[in-house]
Amino acid sequence: MGPLAQPAGSQRTNDSTPTSRLEMTGINVAFGGVLALTDVSLTVEPGQVHGLIGPNGAGKTTLFNVACGLVRPSSGRIAWRGEEMRRLKPSKLTSLGIARTLQGVGLFPGMTVLENVMIGAHRHARAGFFSALLALPTSDKDERLLRERAMRALVELGAGEYAGRYPGSLPYPVQKRVALARALVSEPDLLLLDEPASGLSEDEMHELGDLIRSVVGRMSVLLVEHHMDLVMRVCDRITVLDSGKQIAAGTPAEVQNDPAVTEAYLGDAVDADADAAELTHAEGGRPHA
Amino acid sequence: MDYFVNVTLTGLTQGMIYAAFALALVLIWRSTRIVNFAQGSMAAATTFIALALIQAGASYWVALIVALASGFVLGAIVERVIIRPVEGGPELNAVIVTLGLFVAIQAGIAIIFGSSFQSFPTPFGVRGFEVGDTTIPLTPTSLYIIGSVLIVMALLVALFRFTRVGLAMRASAFSQEVARLLGVKVGGMLTLGWGLAAVVGSLSGLLIAGGTFVWPAYMDALIVFGFVAAIIGGLDSPVGAIVGGLILGLALSYVSGYAPRGSALVNISALVILIVVLLVRPGGLFSSTTARRA
Repeated sequence: MGPLAQPAGSQRTNDSTPTSRLEMTGINVAFGGVLALTDVSLTVEPGQVHGLIGPNGAGKTTLFNVACGLVRPSSGRIAWRGEEMRRLKPSKLTSLGIARTLQGVGLFPGMTVLENVMIGAHRHARAGFFSALLALPTSDKDERLLRERAMRALVELGAGEYAGRYPGSLPYPVQKRVALARALVSEPDLLLLDEPASGLSEDEMHELGDLIRSVVGRMSVLLVEHHMDLVMRVCDRITVLDSGKQIAAGTPAEVQNDPAVTEAYLGDAVDADADAAELTHAEGGRPHA
Repeated sequence: MDYFVNVTLTGLTQGMIYAAFALALVLIWRSTRIVNFAQGSMAAATTFIALALIQAGASYWVALIVALASGFVLGAIVERVIIRPVEGGPELNAVIVTLGLFVAIQAGIAIIFGSSFQSFPTPFGVRGFEVGDTTIPLTPTSLYIIGSVLIVMALLVALFRFTRVGLAMRASAFSQEVARLLGVKVGGMLTLGWGLAAVVGSLSGLLIAGGTFVWPAYMDALIVFGFVAAIIGGLDSPVGAIVGGLILGLALSYVSGYAPRGSALVNISALVILIVVLLVRPGGLFSSTTARRA
């Protein structure tokens, strides 16, 4: 996985970066009577990697899905680039400059690797729907540019040689790289990574870490991940969830030394009252991120 | 020998029509996982539109184009207005809706165009070409049928393989949710898919009608053969639909040409072929290829 040397064909300057801030404030999500998230707030600062961690069932994926419109919060405010998004729809994500990867890989099985990545660059195609359908000359040129852009993204992630293959015939780590190329090819301002390291070896995880650090000049990243060493290495800030509540937030060092976090992860068998007291203490002691 | 060639050519020609109908079913099945039972009567409706134009004095070709265009519109409307609301519910709902639509459209045709038998013209002769002083059993009409289906198939392949819209349609067919996350307008792709499928279905309806009689239920036999062809091919594979259509066309033509009282056995043999294929390869002939790719 080579570093992404330059912003692939992008004219974008840094002036779009300062505004690309994702703010989620006071998010509540209830599935039926079950509270999946209670008053969670999280801000992904421009050009930063924000980690979202917590034990299984803590609500990480739910919060993630709120950020991309798959789950609608029962209350709370989501703002992207300073504008509140009331009706965030998944189909609008790419046009907002947000890309996400999926748990697993989510590649289209019957399409080649290159075609998969081309779909990711879809929003950059200029020709309208009908000229594309009728294969008018503008669309032809478009098509070629799309193909080139997708190929470049694959090469940057070291998967260029697999362009003509079908995803099912490739090893899992390569599939993950392709999925990442598909997210990066849209040149998002915010990249949502859902457990990108699952199924990767130690070395591959290290490369992934380098890659994530190398893209932050161009975009902010929200990272949901189990592997602590990766999270601690690449994140600028971390939010820790447990049972749908935010129990800690801060820099990796701060979070690591937070007793509430240790407790949530080690599952300390204290009685419920003490547990609640600890939680209150932890929440009171730290300002929201 | 002449007879054999003749029977084979008839089989290929009919098979092309079955293939087109099967392809229409497969296109919809792939994109929405719905078996569209209304395909037949939708095609019949557009054939009657063509017939009305021809009776009003329009040329066959104008009628053909208008019929195909109205097929597209009809398919798109059916998806948007009737299928969309039941999608996402239990799978059976959409299927029952298409069955209801099948009956409703057929009744609508009878109300608007009448239920009597009417002859439908064919643009070409049905006499074989003459080479020297022998007549070969290849007619302009069968050439027209084979050629037009091949052209439509080539256009579809080009659309799916080489255009951005085709790419987005395939992505939507594989996973609507992922495609949506990547910014594909999945709803539009589904509408387009239904429209295109209805165009192919309409073409099969117009071709089977050429030179014979049409009435509101004239598509019924083709519906059965088209379904059998699609299932032989595996319902998920466009190539399978075409091969299935050709296999069925040839087999049925041989049965009706060689078996004693063959023409009475045609419908039964279609079902026998279906059962044999399903016994030997339950997923259809082309299922394993898709499974391996997946």
